[in-house]
Amino acid sequence: MSNKPPIPASTTGIGDRPKRRSILDRHKVLEKNATLLLVFSFLVVSVGGIVEIAPLFYLENTIEEVDGVRPYSPLELTGRDVYVREGCYVCHSQMIRPMRDEVERYGHYSLAAESMYDHPFQWGSKRTGPDLARVGGRYSDEWHVDHLTDPQSVVPESVMPKYGFLSATLIDAEYTADLMRTHRIVGVPYTDEMIENAASDFAVQADPDADWEEMVERYPGAVVSNFDGAPGISEMDALIAYMQMLGTLVDFSTFTPDASR
Amino acid sequence: MAKQPNKQDPETTGHSWDGIEEFNNPLPRWWLWTFYATIFWGIIYTIAYPAWPLVNKATAGLLGYSTRAEVANDIQSFADANAEIEAKLAAADLTTVSDDPELQSYARNAGAAVFRTNCSQCHGSGAAGSKGYPNLLDDDWLWGGDIEAIAHTVRHGIRNETDEAHYSQMPAFGEILSDEEIAQAVAYVQKLSGQDADAALAAAGETVFLDNCAACHMEDGTGDRAQGAPNLTDAIWLYGGDEATLTETITNSRFGVMPAWGPRLSDAEVNAVAAYVHQLGGGE
Repeated sequence: MSNKPPIPASTTGIGDRPKRRSILDRHKVLEKNATLLLVFSFLVVSVGGIVEIAPLFYLENTIEEVDGVRPYSPLELTGRDVYVREGCYVCHSQMIRPMRDEVERYGHYSLAAESMYDHPFQWGSKRTGPDLARVGGRYSDEWHVDHLTDPQSVVPESVMPKYGFLSATLIDAEYTADLMRTHRIVGVPYTDEMIENAASDFAVQADPDADWEEMVERYPGAVVSNFDGAPGISEMDALIAYMQMLGTLVDFSTFTPDASR
Repeated sequence: MAKQPNKQDPETTGHSWDGIEEFNNPLPRWWLWTFYATIFWGIIYTIAYPAWPLVNKATAGLLGYSTRAEVANDIQSFADANAEIEAKLAAADLTTVSDDPELQSYARNAGAAVFRTNCSQCHGSGAAGSKGYPNLLDDDWLWGGDIEAIAHTVRHGIRNETDEAHYSQMPAFGEILSDEEIAQAVAYVQKLSGQDADAALAAAGETVFLDNCAACHMEDGTGDRAQGAPNLTDAIWLYGGDEATLTETITNSRFGVMPAWGPRLSDAEVNAVAAYVHQLGGGE
């Protein structure tokens, strides 16, 4: 308790010292009104967010045009869904940072444009296993089958779980066109031609004997192979098709990094 | 409640909430000055480093810093430091690397790093291999175990799509031989490698072997490195020497692939990893 004289009551009902209407006094209006506080808090956070995030969408030195990046082929896109479903991103990142040790081990650091068609992106945040941003072409298809079926058979010290069950699930392209349409809504430039041919492109990528030239024309650099070496198209085929193209699209022999980025 | 006399009795904030008032204590000086210092530091930082978004670009910062330039410089500084010995290693005659202790030491260590990064996923971090991926520690070599042959295999790989790769393809004998003949060949190969096998089957298998297998694996079964045909008379097996595995191998054949590392590694790195593998134990 204070022995000072009592503070005069507010005449306006919003401030204790109505005679000094400083900015702090006006601020009390917000402090005493929960709804108003919420509205103004939201405004402040919005301004902060816009200042921090919005420039990334228009600044030239955050948007880099590179040659070669294309939307995923139907089989790769399906494999990508398997990758997401199995939670591969929990242990594997897809983001090579611009540091010497990472560049020496994994290859050229990742470029923003390389994940421009990723919805959602798979940068990950933790590496229990190695980074996979440039795993494409690094191992043979057979190695991937052996490794996914029983990781410890090739890497005894690995703690990766076994994914052999992927071979047992045969898949078809029933919903692939729908999947591509959905990706088109969020900005992936799938053409009508690509969506029309989704089912056939899906099938020929896993069959080197089929007529796959048009598919490769639509998706340059797509790897055609019977990925799991077994008849039929399984989730294993799709996942390996996806992994064998990771990080292979940009031709770094013609790419000159702008040092100011 | 009686108020304790206190020289530092501060002002109250003037609020009274149901009779509860709040001292307006000044902030500790050290805290306040630290706070001001961080603001000052923040302003200096945004001037020195890239920070403020403008119309087309963000401010570049007075120090001209960029992460890309930093990593490029970092890599370049190590490349410069090793340039001399790397050039020496790239041009070296591999058979004489062991005569130069400094070069040999560099090659082994650099080769170990290259191996762990690129080779260990298949051949194992200790180079002991696994089913389908050869053990590099033993004396058994499919395509040759002297240092030049190892470097060639590393550079061009095996059965990949490049033209210089080692290439051979064992036929899938399931389409050529009957099940009985395959069983006989399996027994003969088991006998060749000193395992217990059905004597009658093995005797019959000798003919099958000489007619179908000896062209590559040689009549005595010791193999042919020019074709990557394994020696069948020892206890070393790439896929397995038991009856079931041998039957599978003969019926369906095998087609192990190794990538060509020439396009991915520098000449010095290829030579380094060849020198490393050569000194693991089996080098000839």
